[in-house]
Amino acid sequence: MFRWFHKLASLKNFYRLAEILLPWLAAICAILLVVGLYRGLFVAPTDYEQGESYRIIYVHVPAAWMSMFVYVVMAFCSAIFLVWKMKLADIVAEVSAPIGAAFTFLALSTGSLWGKPMWGTWWEWDARLTSELILLFLYIGYMALRSAFDNRRTAAKAAAVLALVGVVNIPIIHFSVEWWNTLHQPASITKFDKPSIHISMLIPLLMMAVGFKLFYIVNMLSRARSVILEREANTAWVTERVKENRL
Amino acid sequence: MLASFIALLKRDLTLAARRRGDWLNPLAFFVMVVTLFPLGVGPDGDLLREIAPGVIWVAALLATLLALDGLFRADYDDGSLEQLILSPQPWSVLVLAKVLAHWLITGLPLLCLSPLLAVVMQLPAKALPALLASLMLGTLTLSLIGAIGAALTVGLRRGGVLLALLVLPLFIPVLIFGSSSVIAASQGFAIEAQLSLLGALFMFALVLAPMAIAAALRISSE
Repeated sequence: MFRWFHKLASLKNFYRLAEILLPWLAAICAILLVVGLYRGLFVAPTDYEQGESYRIIYVHVPAAWMSMFVYVVMAFCSAIFLVWKMKLADIVAEVSAPIGAAFTFLALSTGSLWGKPMWGTWWEWDARLTSELILLFLYIGYMALRSAFDNRRTAAKAAAVLALVGVVNIPIIHFSVEWWNTLHQPASITKFDKPSIHISMLIPLLMMAVGFKLFYIVNMLSRARSVILEREANTAWVTERVKENRL
Repeated sequence: MLASFIALLKRDLTLAARRRGDWLNPLAFFVMVVTLFPLGVGPDGDLLREIAPGVIWVAALLATLLALDGLFRADYDDGSLEQLILSPQPWSVLVLAKVLAHWLITGLPLLCLSPLLAVVMQLPAKALPALLASLMLGTLTLSLIGAIGAALTVGLRRGGVLLALLVLPLFIPVLIFGSSSVIAASQGFAIEAQLSLLGALFMFALVLAPMAIAAALRISSE
């Protein structure tokens, strides 16, 4: 187990592993996204309450799930990096941040698009939209802090501390926003949480969720490979690969 | 340990007494921001009364933020921060002394000034105890959380705006419970729930923040 862990932690091995995995993962991801979107947008039945506009959940819900998932991955990698000084964990956290921010932005914008026909307004101070907005701020702060340092080692450690502080605060922020929301707003808004969802709607949603997760992994791996090349530019294995023209 | 805690506290307070601008400027800022609101939204008493809790709380939050930038700056620049890190005393306890000193010179005067601003903003007198209690617990928590951001950005040449980006999202829970306790009090409702939650946030920050601040300062002064 530990040997496997050490092997993976070496940037060279990770680079190679990502190289092998990437085309397969990308293919599965593409199939899932295409089939999931088709089944969600054309095959799944129309909702009797919300009509066709409910179909935005096939993008909105997976994006919202991913926005939180990626932050947790970032915090988890930051903890590993701070404790074991594992370079790979820092790279994964670094390249995950912009992807997570993009998912958060996607969740926010699709939520606002859904809000226009449903609530009659582009923006409603709904608890979930507000927490999602604050999550976007946390991502922006993380990326801003990382890019502010000239020294990469210091940047990595400072960003890791911030990610951990952020992940401790996310539940607190979430519940306080929910509390604030119930206090200030009459419960007239129909929320998204339906107790049950029909199986023909659920299957495309799950396909999209898995597809989004794979999309993140594919994106993260290919970004991580670029960062590895950049950081290891002076090592023998990179020079060799450059010579053989296979990067 | 206690002796070094008190010694550091004394040192910081003495330094602050000699450099009045450090703590007077955020106070003047606090007063000016609140003054801007009646000028911006009009002198209508009812409207002012309604927005007073939020305005005073946001202004207090921004004044705290403004003061935070200088929290570790002077010590970082003259090298005494490194000496403190190297001292045999537990570093997170020393950090706590610095944060407490900072609150005493920025948070406490802000607290004393807030009744004046409450009068200016037409806040009913019955909301005053809630305002003081919530600001007391709230600014303490803000100082603790904000110190993490100050510690992370102290090594950067222009950390001011970045500091705001880092800590403002983390300030949101304190703002929510703080201003809602004042709103509830001004409408005659009970405020125990809000104050308990503010107290819980303070306790939580008191336990965890010093560790994060200590780690961040070690990283920044590498």
